[in-house]
Amino acid sequence: MTTILKNRLFWPALILAVMLGVNAFTSNQFIAIQDGHLFGTLIDILRGSAPLILVALGMTLVIATGGIDLSVGSVMAISGAVACLLISDLDNQNSLGGVLIAIGAAILVSLAAGLWNGTLVAVVGIQPIIATLILMVAGRGLAQLFTEGQIINVQSGPYSTLASGFFLALPVALLIAAAAVALTVLLTRRTALGLLLESVGGSPTASRLAGISARRITVMVYVVAGAFAGLAGLIASADIKSADSISAGNLIELDAILAVVIGGTALIGGRFSIAGTVLGAIIIQTLKVTVVAVDIPAEANLLFKSVVVVALCLSQSPDFRAKVFGRFTSRPAAEKVGIPA
Amino acid sequence: MTTMDMTPVTKDGGGPELNKRRRVYKPNTKYIPILATLFLLVVMYSTGVANYRNFDDPSVIVNLFRDNAVLLVVAVGMTFVILTGGIDLSVGAVISLTTILTATLLKADWPPLVVLPAVLLLGALIGAGQGAVIHFFKVEPFIATLAGLFLARGAALTINDESVPIRDDMWREISDFRIVLADGVVTKPIAIIAILSVLAAAAVLAWTRFGRNVYAIGGNADSALLMGLPVGRTRIAVYTLSGFCAALGGVLFSINSTSGWALQGNGMELDAIAACVIGGVLLTGGSGFVWGTLLGVLVTGLIRTIINFQGDLNAAWSRIIIGVLLFAFIVMQRLVTRKAK
Repeated sequence: MTTILKNRLFWPALILAVMLGVNAFTSNQFIAIQDGHLFGTLIDILRGSAPLILVALGMTLVIATGGIDLSVGSVMAISGAVACLLISDLDNQNSLGGVLIAIGAAILVSLAAGLWNGTLVAVVGIQPIIATLILMVAGRGLAQLFTEGQIINVQSGPYSTLASGFFLALPVALLIAAAAVALTVLLTRRTALGLLLESVGGSPTASRLAGISARRITVMVYVVAGAFAGLAGLIASADIKSADSISAGNLIELDAILAVVIGGTALIGGRFSIAGTVLGAIIIQTLKVTVVAVDIPAEANLLFKSVVVVALCLSQSPDFRAKVFGRFTSRPAAEKVGIPA
Repeated sequence: MTTMDMTPVTKDGGGPELNKRRRVYKPNTKYIPILATLFLLVVMYSTGVANYRNFDDPSVIVNLFRDNAVLLVVAVGMTFVILTGGIDLSVGAVISLTTILTATLLKADWPPLVVLPAVLLLGALIGAGQGAVIHFFKVEPFIATLAGLFLARGAALTINDESVPIRDDMWREISDFRIVLADGVVTKPIAIIAILSVLAAAAVLAWTRFGRNVYAIGGNADSALLMGLPVGRTRIAVYTLSGFCAALGGVLFSINSTSGWALQGNGMELDAIAACVIGGVLLTGGSGFVWGTLLGVLVTGLIRTIINFQGDLNAAWSRIIIGVLLFAFIVMQRLVTRKAK
């Protein structure tokens, strides 16, 4: 019992369970089968959290190396804009080949965006928060430039399948996110890659001296984060069947960082938990749905979010626990410089 | 990096030769970013004068202060936070909360002389709360102020999610008040308040014990603590100051537009951070000047002015150009600091 209570993910999981419980009571259809696929509030929550899971997944890897990626929202906007632009130029918007090319092009652009961030951080040696701030500011401008400031609408069956389609009774968006999570877990936990990431996050210099190509690893995580953000941008734009370069992925970087922190990954790097991040992303989405479900005005969502953030961060802060629960130890409280990673 | 770090080094480092070299070299590295920004500002202004009719009108410069008064005040507060090595993401949301609260209270017939100090105090309190969480519970500034962002924006949206007009006489009078500087050149009180806040901040940073503590903490918080400087008090004070400046910015916003809106100042925190970076304030803390921030605000403002004068340019370009400038300045700072080592 105590081992369960001491698990870092215990409190986040409990909060999620309580919120899901509230939803199960208030919604008239929590989970059901309709038209041959699963249906209901639970499925809506999971489907809606797919973009955030993807973005947060990339963010986890970046944060594991001691970095941060503020540009994910802008990359989402760029990717959606590129895809919708190419699809709207198609003669037949329903042609699978054309849509696949558009998706491929959008992912390529996202990879390039990630490469840019990675190069700035690892090769030029700029602090990650500033390096990615550049693309965060300029990227949305680029997306607006692509779409000429307009919202591009597309009427493409294959494209909207990304967000609203079902495969094997499950939403396609959720399957994409699940596949990305599975692939990342496989690559980081079944190979030495995860260890290398954590080692670079712990100390880039020590890793380099130990023979790890810290630079290559760092560039790689930003490229992966870019690709996942691009994928998330595609799902988000397929969901609304248009590219809105101003509001697409707006402030999602903050939600993603939040999801990572809720999941117990420290912003200083050197350690990460993919399961925690997925849990964090689902909590954020569930909170959004729950606030509406229990008839609290949607505007208050942010208030609740701030309460949850404060509660979770404080519960994870060792200093808070020590101060509040009165367990004063003789450990000297070394003053850590409060630089955001 | 700062005089704080340098003094002991030169004392212990011995020889007068080393001393002399350092003395010759130090001002250069310290002032290069700010001089580069000044140079850029002059180049941009001369390009504007050369290319557009009426650009040499003094009102172009005067209006720059009027249009960017809010950003200037907010960026001044942000400068203090960044100098200690922190970051404050909540300023945009505090602006929103201030404008909507001011408008709502005035609509409820509260006396304006009560509303004004009340909203300023609220901003300072939000800042102090964030500072306390950051200092006492070692929550990272990025996350703590993110929670503050959610809290303030959520509170603002809960109060009212629509624009509320201000019909109070005092607000209207200040809003309509014009200060004649010369023939045909007029400005508003909000520009004067913004300039006064820059002057006050520069004086505090240069000539007070608090100002030197801010630089010391940004240079190295551990050393500052060992030197016996009040690290906790100073750190909480800078966030309080930033919250106060944001609230003051919100009041200026409400005066300028004679209305309050919960989405007012959305994303202002990024503009403020960008202005600081362009002005040569290092995001790692310990180095930079309020004058640089002033120049940074003027540069971003001048970009918008030029785009307005050009007329046929998409507004998206201003984001892209600011992104490119950010990139140029960050790389330059990187080169300068590397050389200094």
